[in-house]
Amino acid sequence: MTHQIIMAGFGGQGVMSMGKILVEAGLKEGKNVSWLPSYGPEMRGGTANCSVIISEEPVGAPTVTEATAAIVMNRPSLDKFEKDVIPGGDLLINSSLIDKKATRDDINVYYVPANEIANDMGSGKIANMVMLGAYLKITGAAKEDTIMEYIAEVFSGKKASVVPLNKEALKRGADCIK
Amino acid sequence: MAKELWKGNEAIAEAAIKAGCKYFFGYPITPQNEIPEYMALKLPQEGGCFLQAESEVAAINMVYGAAGAGARVMTSSSSPGISLKQEGISYIAGAELPCVIVNIVRGGPGLGSIQPAQSDYFQATKGGGHGDYRMIVLAPASVQEAVDLVQEAFDIADQYRNPVMVMGDGMIGQMMEPVEFVEIPKRQLPEKDWATTGLRGRKEHNVINSLYIEASQCDKHNEDLFAKYAKMEETEIRCEEYNLEGAEIVFAAYGTVARIVKNAIKSLEKEGIKAGLIRPITLWPFPKANFLKAADMPNVKAFLSVEMSMGQMVEDVELSVKGKKPVYFYGKAGGAIPTPKAIVEEAKKILGGAK
Repeated sequence: MTHQIIMAGFGGQGVMSMGKILVEAGLKEGKNVSWLPSYGPEMRGGTANCSVIISEEPVGAPTVTEATAAIVMNRPSLDKFEKDVIPGGDLLINSSLIDKKATRDDINVYYVPANEIANDMGSGKIANMVMLGAYLKITGAAKEDTIMEYIAEVFSGKKASVVPLNKEALKRGADCIK
Repeated sequence: MAKELWKGNEAIAEAAIKAGCKYFFGYPITPQNEIPEYMALKLPQEGGCFLQAESEVAAINMVYGAAGAGARVMTSSSSPGISLKQEGISYIAGAELPCVIVNIVRGGPGLGSIQPAQSDYFQATKGGGHGDYRMIVLAPASVQEAVDLVQEAFDIADQYRNPVMVMGDGMIGQMMEPVEFVEIPKRQLPEKDWATTGLRGRKEHNVINSLYIEASQCDKHNEDLFAKYAKMEETEIRCEEYNLEGAEIVFAAYGTVARIVKNAIKSLEKEGIKAGLIRPITLWPFPKANFLKAADMPNVKAFLSVEMSMGQMVEDVELSVKGKKPVYFYGKAGGAIPTPKAIVEEAKKILGGAK
Protein backbone atom coordinates (compact mmCIF):
# COMPACT_ATOMS: atom_id res chain seq x y z
CA MET A 1 0.00 0.00 0.00
CA THR A 2 1.27 3.45 -0.92
CA HIS A 3 -0.20 6.39 0.96
CA GLN A 4 0.06 9.61 -1.02
CA ILE A 5 -1.23 12.46 1.05
CA ILE A 6 -1.71 16.16 0.51
CA MET A 7 -1.92 18.19 3.71
CA ALA A 8 -2.96 21.79 3.32
CA GLY A 9 -4.02 24.79 5.34
CA PHE A 10 -2.96 28.33 6.04
CA GLY A 11 0.34 29.22 7.63
CA GLY A 12 0.39 28.43 11.35
CA GLN A 13 -2.13 25.58 11.26
CA GLY A 14 0.69 23.08 11.55
CA VAL A 15 0.24 21.29 8.23
CA MET A 16 4.00 21.04 7.65
CA SER A 17 4.49 19.63 11.16
CA MET A 18 1.62 17.19 10.67
CA GLY A 19 3.40 15.85 7.59
CA LYS A 20 6.77 15.67 9.31
CA ILE A 21 5.36 13.78 12.29
CA LEU A 22 3.72 11.27 9.95
CA VAL A 23 6.87 10.61 7.89
CA GLU A 24 9.02 10.32 11.02
CA ALA A 25 6.62 7.66 12.29
CA GLY A 26 6.59 5.95 8.90
CA LEU A 27 10.39 5.81 8.91
CA LYS A 28 10.37 4.36 12.43
CA GLU A 29 8.11 1.59 11.13
CA GLY A 30 10.60 0.80 8.38
CA LYS A 31 8.57 2.27 5.53
CA ASN A 32 9.86 4.32 2.62
CA VAL A 33 8.88 7.95 3.03
CA SER A 34 9.19 11.39 1.51
CA TRP A 35 8.02 14.88 2.50
CA LEU A 36 7.89 17.71 0.01
CA PRO A 37 6.77 21.16 1.10
CA SER A 38 5.24 23.78 -1.11
CA TYR A 39 7.49 26.80 -0.98
CA GLY A 40 5.88 28.95 -3.62
CA PRO A 41 4.80 32.56 -3.24
CA GLU A 42 1.55 31.86 -1.43
CA MET A 43 -1.10 34.50 -0.92
CA ARG A 44 -1.74 35.61 2.66
CA GLY A 45 -4.65 33.61 3.96
CA GLY A 46 -4.08 31.14 1.10
CA THR A 47 -2.64 27.67 1.36
CA ALA A 48 0.60 26.14 2.49
CA ASN A 49 0.84 22.45 1.79
CA CYS A 50 3.06 19.42 1.81
CA SER A 51 3.07 16.19 -0.15
CA VAL A 52 3.72 13.13 1.98
CA ILE A 53 4.36 9.58 0.78
CA ILE A 54 4.51 6.47 2.95
CA SER A 55 5.05 3.22 1.12
CA GLU A 56 6.27 -0.34 1.33
CA GLU A 57 7.85 0.25 -2.09
CA PRO A 58 10.71 2.67 -2.85
CA VAL A 59 9.26 6.16 -3.28
CA GLY A 60 9.10 7.27 -6.91
CA ALA A 61 8.08 10.84 -7.58
CA PRO A 62 7.97 12.88 -4.37
CA THR A 63 5.19 14.96 -5.88
CA VAL A 64 1.59 13.92 -5.18
CA THR A 65 -0.73 14.45 -8.11
CA GLU A 66 -3.00 11.46 -7.44
CA ALA A 67 -3.65 11.64 -3.72
CA THR A 68 -4.94 8.65 -1.76
CA ALA A 69 -5.95 11.24 0.83
CA ALA A 70 -6.14 14.98 1.28
CA ILE A 71 -6.35 16.72 4.64
CA VAL A 72 -7.66 20.26 4.22
CA MET A 73 -7.57 22.67 7.12
CA ASN A 74 -9.09 25.74 5.45
CA ARG A 75 -11.43 26.67 2.63
CA PRO A 76 -8.86 27.62 -0.06
CA SER A 77 -7.21 24.22 0.48
CA LEU A 78 -10.49 22.42 -0.13
CA ASP A 79 -11.04 24.40 -3.32
CA LYS A 80 -7.51 23.66 -4.50
CA PHE A 81 -7.07 19.98 -3.65
CA GLU A 82 -10.48 18.25 -3.75
CA LYS A 83 -9.89 17.39 -7.41
CA ASP A 84 -6.53 15.72 -6.69
CA VAL A 85 -8.00 12.86 -4.62
CA ILE A 86 -8.26 9.58 -6.55
CA PRO A 87 -11.71 7.97 -6.81
CA GLY A 88 -12.23 5.95 -3.65
CA GLY A 89 -9.71 8.12 -1.80
CA ASP A 90 -10.24 10.00 1.45
CA LEU A 91 -10.90 13.70 1.94
CA LEU A 92 -10.68 15.03 5.51
CA ILE A 93 -12.26 18.43 5.98
CA ASN A 94 -11.71 20.68 8.98
CA SER A 95 -15.39 21.52 9.45
CA SER A 96 -14.62 24.09 12.15
CA LEU A 97 -13.28 26.49 9.55
CA ILE A 98 -14.83 25.19 6.32
CA ASP A 99 -18.58 25.70 6.02
CA LYS A 100 -18.67 24.26 2.50
CA LYS A 101 -19.37 20.60 1.71
CA ALA A 102 -17.30 18.53 -0.69
CA THR A 103 -18.73 18.44 -4.22
CA ARG A 104 -17.55 14.97 -5.27
CA ASP A 105 -19.44 11.76 -4.54
CA ASP A 106 -16.76 9.27 -5.71
CA ILE A 107 -14.56 9.79 -2.65
CA ASN A 108 -14.95 9.22 1.10
CA VAL A 109 -15.47 12.54 2.83
CA TYR A 110 -14.97 13.02 6.57
CA TYR A 111 -15.88 16.20 8.44
CA VAL A 112 -13.77 16.74 11.55
CA PRO A 113 -14.40 19.81 13.75
CA ALA A 114 -10.70 20.00 14.53
CA ASN A 115 -10.55 23.54 15.91
CA GLU A 116 -13.60 23.07 18.14
CA ILE A 117 -12.10 19.92 19.62
CA ALA A 118 -8.70 21.60 20.03
CA ASN A 119 -10.22 24.67 21.69
CA ASP A 120 -12.26 22.41 23.94
CA MET A 121 -8.97 20.81 25.00
CA GLY A 122 -7.61 24.24 25.79
CA SER A 123 -5.08 24.56 22.94
CA GLY A 124 -6.19 25.73 19.49
CA LYS A 125 -2.73 24.91 18.16
CA ILE A 126 -3.34 21.19 18.42
CA ALA A 127 -6.03 21.03 15.71
CA ASN A 128 -3.48 19.46 13.36
CA MET A 129 -3.03 16.49 15.73
CA VAL A 130 -6.81 16.03 15.89
CA MET A 131 -6.88 15.78 12.08
CA LEU A 132 -3.90 13.42 12.12
CA GLY A 133 -5.71 11.20 14.64
CA ALA A 134 -8.71 11.02 12.33
CA TYR A 135 -6.51 10.28 9.33
CA LEU A 136 -4.68 7.46 11.12
CA LYS A 137 -7.98 5.88 12.18
CA ILE A 138 -9.16 5.85 8.56
CA THR A 139 -5.99 4.66 6.84
CA GLY A 140 -3.68 3.07 9.40
CA ALA A 141 -0.79 4.71 7.52
CA ALA A 142 1.17 4.66 10.79
CA LYS A 143 0.47 3.34 14.27
CA GLU A 144 -0.62 5.79 16.96
CA ASP A 145 2.03 4.32 19.27
CA THR A 146 4.78 5.16 16.79
CA ILE A 147 3.51 8.70 16.44
CA MET A 148 3.54 9.06 20.23
CA GLU A 149 7.05 7.57 20.45
CA TYR A 150 8.26 10.31 18.10
CA ILE A 151 6.29 13.04 19.92
CA ALA A 152 7.88 11.95 23.19
CA GLU A 153 11.34 12.23 21.60
CA VAL A 154 10.68 15.75 20.34
CA PHE A 155 9.02 17.02 23.51
CA SER A 156 11.30 15.86 26.29
CA GLY A 157 12.39 17.52 29.52
CA LYS A 158 10.48 20.72 30.30
CA LYS A 159 8.26 20.34 27.27
CA ALA A 160 7.21 16.78 28.17
CA SER A 161 3.96 18.08 29.61
CA VAL A 162 2.50 18.51 26.10
CA VAL A 163 2.91 14.81 25.29
CA PRO A 164 -0.37 13.70 26.94
CA LEU A 165 -2.16 16.59 25.22
CA ASN A 166 -0.99 15.30 21.83
CA LYS A 167 -2.09 11.78 22.71
CA GLU A 168 -5.51 13.05 23.70
CA ALA A 169 -5.78 15.06 20.46
CA LEU A 170 -5.03 11.97 18.36
CA LYS A 171 -7.67 10.03 20.28
CA ARG A 172 -10.32 12.75 20.01
CA GLY A 173 -9.66 12.95 16.26
CA ALA A 174 -9.93 9.19 15.88
CA ASP A 175 -13.21 9.24 17.81
CA CYS A 176 -14.72 11.44 15.09
CA ILE A 177 -14.41 8.57 12.63
CA LYS A 178 -17.16 6.01 13.02
CA MET B 1 24.01 4.39 11.54
CA ALA B 2 20.23 4.25 11.23
CA LYS B 3 18.44 6.23 8.57
CA GLU B 4 17.35 9.71 9.56
CA LEU B 5 15.07 12.19 7.89
CA TRP B 6 17.00 15.07 6.36
CA LYS B 7 15.94 18.04 4.32
CA GLY B 8 17.90 18.02 1.05
CA ASN B 9 19.69 21.34 1.52
CA GLU B 10 20.74 20.56 5.09
CA ALA B 11 21.86 17.08 4.09
CA ILE B 12 23.99 18.54 1.30
CA ALA B 13 25.66 20.91 3.78
CA GLU B 14 26.27 18.13 6.31
CA ALA B 15 27.71 15.90 3.56
CA ALA B 16 30.15 18.66 2.59
CA ILE B 17 31.31 19.01 6.19
CA LYS B 18 31.70 15.23 6.46
CA ALA B 19 33.83 15.38 3.29
CA GLY B 20 36.19 17.81 5.02
CA CYS B 21 34.88 21.08 3.57
CA LYS B 22 36.23 23.84 5.82
CA TYR B 23 35.25 26.99 3.94
CA PHE B 24 31.94 28.19 2.56
CA PHE B 25 31.35 31.48 0.80
CA GLY B 26 27.91 32.36 -0.47
CA TYR B 27 25.07 34.78 -0.84
CA PRO B 28 21.43 33.96 0.00
CA ILE B 29 18.87 32.94 -2.61
CA THR B 30 15.78 30.70 -2.57
CA PRO B 31 15.49 27.68 -2.78
CA GLN B 32 18.94 26.82 -1.37
CA ASN B 33 19.06 29.02 1.74
CA GLU B 34 19.22 26.12 4.19
CA ILE B 35 22.71 25.29 2.85
CA PRO B 36 24.36 28.56 3.98
CA GLU B 37 22.17 28.59 7.08
CA TYR B 38 23.47 25.15 8.09
CA MET B 39 27.05 26.07 7.21
CA ALA B 40 26.84 29.30 9.22
CA LEU B 41 25.90 27.25 12.29
CA LYS B 42 28.14 24.23 11.83
CA LEU B 43 31.35 25.29 10.05
CA PRO B 44 32.68 27.43 12.95
CA GLN B 45 32.14 24.44 15.26
CA GLU B 46 34.32 22.38 12.90
CA GLY B 47 37.12 24.93 12.94
CA GLY B 48 36.10 26.20 9.52
CA CYS B 49 34.89 29.51 8.20
CA PHE B 50 31.49 30.55 6.90
CA LEU B 51 31.27 33.91 5.22
CA GLN B 52 28.26 35.60 3.68
CA ALA B 53 29.83 37.65 0.92
CA GLU B 54 28.54 40.99 -0.35
CA SER B 55 27.55 39.36 -3.64
CA GLU B 56 27.77 36.15 -5.62
CA VAL B 57 30.70 37.61 -7.59
CA ALA B 58 32.61 38.16 -4.36
CA ALA B 59 31.67 34.70 -3.05
CA ILE B 60 33.01 32.80 -6.06
CA ASN B 61 36.25 34.81 -5.98
CA MET B 62 36.66 33.94 -2.30
CA VAL B 63 36.23 30.31 -3.38
CA TYR B 64 38.95 30.93 -5.99
CA GLY B 65 41.30 32.22 -3.29
CA ALA B 66 40.64 29.46 -0.78
CA ALA B 67 40.95 26.78 -3.48
CA GLY B 68 44.27 28.31 -4.54
CA ALA B 69 45.50 27.91 -0.98
CA GLY B 70 44.61 24.23 -1.20
CA ALA B 71 41.54 24.30 1.07
CA ARG B 72 38.42 22.21 0.66
CA VAL B 73 35.91 24.90 -0.26
CA MET B 74 32.37 25.12 -1.49
CA THR B 75 29.75 27.60 -2.56
CA SER B 76 26.08 27.15 -3.30
CA SER B 77 23.44 29.22 -5.01
CA SER B 78 20.45 28.99 -7.28
CA SER B 79 20.16 29.86 -10.96
CA PRO B 80 20.42 33.69 -11.05
CA GLY B 81 23.19 33.55 -8.46
CA ILE B 82 25.04 30.86 -10.41
CA SER B 83 24.88 33.10 -13.49
CA LEU B 84 26.73 35.77 -11.52
CA LYS B 85 29.37 33.21 -10.57
CA GLN B 86 30.20 32.20 -14.14
CA GLU B 87 33.19 34.50 -14.58
CA GLY B 88 34.76 33.11 -11.42
CA ILE B 89 34.02 29.52 -12.44
CA SER B 90 35.82 30.10 -15.74
CA TYR B 91 38.84 31.52 -13.86
CA ILE B 92 38.84 28.56 -11.45
CA ALA B 93 38.68 26.11 -14.36
CA GLY B 94 41.44 28.04 -16.17
CA ALA B 95 43.65 28.08 -13.08
CA GLU B 96 42.88 24.38 -12.51
CA LEU B 97 41.63 24.61 -8.95
CA PRO B 98 39.39 22.15 -7.11
CA CYS B 99 36.12 23.32 -5.57
CA VAL B 100 32.49 22.25 -5.30
CA ILE B 101 29.63 24.41 -6.56
CA VAL B 102 26.05 23.47 -5.71
CA ASN B 103 23.24 24.78 -7.90
CA ILE B 104 19.70 24.20 -6.60
CA VAL B 105 18.03 25.18 -9.83
CA ARG B 106 14.92 27.38 -10.01
CA GLY B 107 12.84 28.62 -12.91
CA GLY B 108 14.30 31.15 -15.34
CA PRO B 109 15.24 33.10 -17.37
CA GLY B 110 16.04 36.24 -15.42
CA LEU B 111 14.70 36.16 -11.89
CA GLY B 112 12.20 33.56 -13.12
CA SER B 113 10.48 31.76 -10.27
CA ILE B 114 11.58 30.09 -7.06
CA GLN B 115 10.14 26.67 -7.88
CA PRO B 116 12.07 23.61 -9.15
CA ALA B 117 13.54 23.66 -12.66
CA GLN B 118 16.27 22.08 -14.78
CA SER B 119 16.77 24.95 -17.18
CA ASP B 120 20.43 25.50 -16.22
CA TYR B 121 21.53 22.33 -18.05
CA PHE B 122 23.14 24.21 -20.94
CA GLN B 123 24.85 26.64 -18.57
CA ALA B 124 26.28 23.82 -16.44
CA THR B 125 27.34 21.39 -19.16
CA LYS B 126 28.33 23.60 -22.10
CA GLY B 127 30.45 26.12 -20.22
CA GLY B 128 28.42 28.92 -18.62
CA GLY B 129 31.51 31.10 -18.43
CA HIS B 130 33.84 32.10 -21.23
CA GLY B 131 36.54 30.01 -22.85
CA ASP B 132 36.93 26.30 -23.51
CA TYR B 133 36.46 24.52 -20.24
CA ARG B 134 34.51 21.64 -18.79
CA MET B 135 33.43 20.68 -15.33
CA ILE B 136 31.92 17.49 -14.03
CA VAL B 137 28.22 18.00 -13.31
CA LEU B 138 26.57 15.56 -10.91
CA ALA B 139 22.77 15.31 -10.82
CA PRO B 140 21.30 13.51 -7.79
CA ALA B 141 17.75 12.12 -7.91
CA SER B 142 17.25 11.70 -4.16
CA VAL B 143 18.48 13.24 -0.94
CA GLN B 144 20.54 10.09 -0.30
CA GLU B 145 22.21 10.34 -3.69
CA ALA B 146 22.84 14.06 -3.11
CA VAL B 147 24.63 13.21 0.13
CA ASP B 148 26.78 10.54 -1.56
CA LEU B 149 27.60 12.67 -4.60
CA VAL B 150 28.46 15.83 -2.63
CA GLN B 151 31.02 13.89 -0.61
CA GLU B 152 32.51 12.38 -3.71
CA ALA B 153 32.47 15.72 -5.54
CA PHE B 154 35.27 17.02 -3.30
CA ASP B 155 37.45 14.01 -4.14
CA ILE B 156 36.72 14.30 -7.87
CA ALA B 157 37.60 18.00 -7.73
CA ASP B 158 40.90 17.26 -5.96
CA GLN B 159 41.76 14.38 -8.27
CA TYR B 160 41.45 16.46 -11.43
CA ARG B 161 42.12 19.92 -9.99
CA ASN B 162 38.84 21.03 -11.47
CA PRO B 163 35.59 22.59 -10.29
CA VAL B 164 32.74 20.11 -9.83
CA MET B 165 29.10 21.12 -9.88
CA VAL B 166 26.31 19.32 -8.03
CA MET B 167 23.07 20.26 -9.71
CA GLY B 168 19.75 19.53 -8.04
CA ASP B 169 16.39 21.13 -8.60
CA GLY B 170 14.34 22.93 -5.95
CA MET B 171 12.68 19.65 -4.95
CA ILE B 172 16.02 18.04 -4.04
CA GLY B 173 16.77 21.04 -1.84
CA GLN B 174 13.40 21.31 -0.14
CA MET B 175 12.21 17.72 0.32
CA MET B 176 12.87 15.47 3.32
CA GLU B 177 13.89 11.85 2.81
CA PRO B 178 15.60 9.15 4.85
CA VAL B 179 19.37 9.43 4.66
CA GLU B 180 22.24 7.31 5.85
CA PHE B 181 25.69 8.88 5.89
CA VAL B 182 28.01 6.13 4.70
CA GLU B 183 31.67 6.37 3.83
CA ILE B 184 32.26 6.89 0.15
CA PRO B 185 34.86 4.85 -1.78
CA LYS B 186 38.38 6.24 -1.22
CA ARG B 187 40.26 7.71 -4.17
CA GLN B 188 44.02 8.10 -4.52
CA LEU B 189 44.35 11.85 -4.34
CA PRO B 190 47.45 13.74 -5.46
CA GLU B 191 49.36 16.03 -3.08
CA LYS B 192 48.39 19.69 -3.36
CA ASP B 193 52.01 20.71 -4.00
CA TRP B 194 50.76 23.51 -6.25
CA ALA B 195 48.92 25.36 -3.46
CA THR B 196 49.98 28.87 -2.47
CA THR B 197 50.86 28.11 1.12
CA GLY B 198 54.22 29.90 1.37
CA LEU B 199 57.63 28.80 0.11
CA ARG B 200 58.07 25.98 2.66
CA GLY B 201 61.69 25.47 1.66
CA ARG B 202 60.97 25.59 -2.06
CA LYS B 203 63.06 27.91 -4.23
CA GLU B 204 60.22 29.02 -6.51
CA HIS B 205 56.85 30.51 -5.63
CA ASN B 206 53.75 28.59 -6.54
CA VAL B 207 51.71 30.78 -8.84
CA ILE B 208 47.96 30.44 -9.41
CA ASN B 209 46.97 32.11 -12.63
CA SER B 210 44.74 31.72 -15.66
CA LEU B 211 46.56 34.27 -17.83
CA TYR B 212 48.69 32.96 -20.70
CA ILE B 213 49.51 36.06 -22.69
CA GLU B 214 51.45 34.18 -25.41
CA ALA B 215 49.03 32.57 -27.85
CA SER B 216 51.15 29.47 -28.20
CA GLN B 217 51.28 29.03 -24.44
CA CYS B 218 47.54 29.52 -24.10
CA ASP B 219 47.03 27.01 -26.92
CA LYS B 220 49.20 24.49 -25.08
CA HIS B 221 47.27 25.19 -21.85
CA ASN B 222 44.01 24.41 -23.65
CA GLU B 223 45.52 21.20 -25.08
CA ASP B 224 46.54 20.15 -21.56
CA LEU B 225 43.12 20.96 -20.17
CA PHE B 226 41.44 18.90 -22.85
CA ALA B 227 43.73 15.94 -22.22
CA LYS B 228 42.46 16.13 -18.63
CA TYR B 229 38.84 16.44 -19.76
CA ALA B 230 39.33 13.39 -21.99
CA LYS B 231 40.45 11.44 -18.92
CA MET B 232 37.31 12.56 -17.08
CA GLU B 233 35.19 11.39 -20.00
CA GLU B 234 36.97 8.05 -19.92
CA THR B 235 36.53 7.38 -16.21
CA GLU B 236 33.81 9.49 -14.63
CA ILE B 237 30.66 8.83 -16.67
CA ARG B 238 27.80 7.52 -14.57
CA CYS B 239 24.23 6.68 -15.35
CA GLU B 240 21.39 4.43 -14.28
CA GLU B 241 19.72 2.13 -16.81
CA TYR B 242 16.23 1.04 -15.83
CA ASN B 243 13.91 -1.45 -17.49
CA LEU B 244 15.59 -1.25 -20.92
CA GLU B 245 15.05 -4.90 -21.79
CA GLY B 246 12.22 -5.13 -24.29
CA ALA B 247 11.42 -1.43 -23.95
CA GLU B 248 9.55 0.11 -26.87
CA ILE B 249 10.27 3.62 -25.71
CA VAL B 250 13.28 4.81 -23.72
CA PHE B 251 12.97 7.89 -21.57
CA ALA B 252 15.87 10.21 -20.85
CA ALA B 253 15.51 12.07 -17.56
CA TYR B 254 17.70 13.15 -14.67
CA GLY B 255 17.25 14.29 -11.09
CA THR B 256 13.78 14.19 -9.56
CA VAL B 257 12.18 14.11 -13.01
CA ALA B 258 13.64 10.62 -13.46
CA ARG B 259 11.56 9.52 -10.46
CA ILE B 260 8.39 10.98 -11.96
CA VAL B 261 9.26 9.12 -15.17
CA LYS B 262 9.61 5.86 -13.21
CA ASN B 263 6.03 6.33 -11.98
CA ALA B 264 4.98 6.84 -15.61
CA ILE B 265 6.86 3.66 -16.63
CA LYS B 266 4.88 1.67 -14.06
CA SER B 267 1.60 3.10 -15.36
CA LEU B 268 2.57 2.27 -18.96
CA GLU B 269 3.45 -1.27 -17.92
CA LYS B 270 -0.08 -1.70 -16.52
CA GLU B 271 -1.37 -0.78 -19.98
CA GLY B 272 0.93 -3.34 -21.59
CA ILE B 273 3.51 -0.86 -22.88
CA LYS B 274 7.13 -1.56 -22.01
CA ALA B 275 9.17 1.52 -21.35
CA GLY B 276 12.69 2.06 -20.00
CA LEU B 277 14.80 4.89 -18.67
CA ILE B 278 18.36 6.09 -19.02
CA ARG B 279 19.12 8.47 -16.15
CA PRO B 280 22.39 10.37 -16.55
CA ILE B 281 23.98 10.89 -13.13
CA THR B 282 26.85 12.81 -14.69
CA LEU B 283 25.35 15.41 -17.04
CA TRP B 284 28.91 16.11 -18.13
CA PRO B 285 30.52 13.85 -19.13
CA PHE B 286 27.31 12.65 -20.79
CA PRO B 287 26.63 8.89 -21.02
CA LYS B 288 26.61 8.91 -24.82
CA ALA B 289 27.52 5.22 -25.17
CA ASN B 290 24.52 4.11 -23.09
CA PHE B 291 22.15 5.97 -25.41
CA LEU B 292 23.88 4.71 -28.55
CA LYS B 293 23.66 1.13 -27.26
CA ALA B 294 19.94 1.57 -26.55
CA ALA B 295 19.47 3.07 -30.03
CA ASP B 296 20.88 -0.15 -31.49
CA MET B 297 18.38 -2.31 -29.59
CA PRO B 298 15.77 -3.52 -32.13
CA ASN B 299 12.92 -3.27 -29.57
CA VAL B 300 13.50 0.45 -29.02
CA LYS B 301 11.31 2.54 -31.31
CA ALA B 302 11.91 6.01 -29.93
CA PHE B 303 13.48 8.14 -27.19
CA LEU B 304 11.63 10.72 -25.11
CA SER B 305 13.57 13.25 -23.08
CA VAL B 306 11.55 14.60 -20.16
CA GLU B 307 12.86 17.72 -18.47
CA MET B 308 11.85 20.66 -16.34
CA SER B 309 12.99 22.97 -19.16
CA MET B 310 11.99 23.78 -22.71
CA GLY B 311 14.38 21.11 -24.00
CA GLN B 312 18.09 21.17 -23.23
CA MET B 313 19.41 17.67 -22.43
CA VAL B 314 17.38 16.45 -25.42
CA GLU B 315 20.15 17.88 -27.65
CA ASP B 316 22.75 15.61 -26.03
CA VAL B 317 20.37 12.67 -26.41
CA GLU B 318 20.00 13.46 -30.12
CA LEU B 319 23.78 13.71 -30.55
CA SER B 320 24.27 10.40 -28.74
CA VAL B 321 21.60 8.51 -30.67
CA LYS B 322 23.15 9.64 -33.98
CA GLY B 323 19.86 9.68 -35.85
CA LYS B 324 19.33 5.93 -35.42
CA LYS B 325 15.96 6.40 -33.73
CA PRO B 326 13.65 9.40 -33.41
CA VAL B 327 14.12 11.55 -30.31
CA TYR B 328 11.18 13.45 -28.81
CA PHE B 329 10.87 15.98 -26.03
CA TYR B 330 8.35 16.73 -23.31
CA GLY B 331 8.87 19.35 -20.64
CA LYS B 332 7.45 21.88 -18.23
CA ALA B 333 9.29 25.08 -17.45
CA GLY B 334 9.47 27.98 -15.04
CA GLY B 335 8.87 25.89 -11.92
CA ALA B 336 6.03 23.71 -13.20
CA ILE B 337 6.55 19.96 -12.65
CA PRO B 338 5.58 17.29 -15.21
CA THR B 339 2.98 14.80 -13.97
CA PRO B 340 3.25 11.03 -14.55
CA LYS B 341 -0.09 11.16 -16.36
CA ALA B 342 1.09 13.74 -18.90
CA ILE B 343 4.27 11.73 -19.51
CA VAL B 344 2.23 8.55 -20.11
CA GLU B 345 0.03 10.38 -22.63
CA GLU B 346 3.06 11.78 -24.44
CA ALA B 347 4.64 8.31 -24.69
CA LYS B 348 1.43 6.79 -26.03
CA LYS B 349 1.09 9.55 -28.59
CA ILE B 350 4.64 8.90 -29.83
CA LEU B 351 4.25 5.12 -29.99
CA GLY B 352 0.92 5.49 -31.78
CA GLY B 353 2.64 7.59 -34.41
CA ALA B 354 5.65 5.28 -34.72
CA LYS B 355 3.61 2.19 -35.63
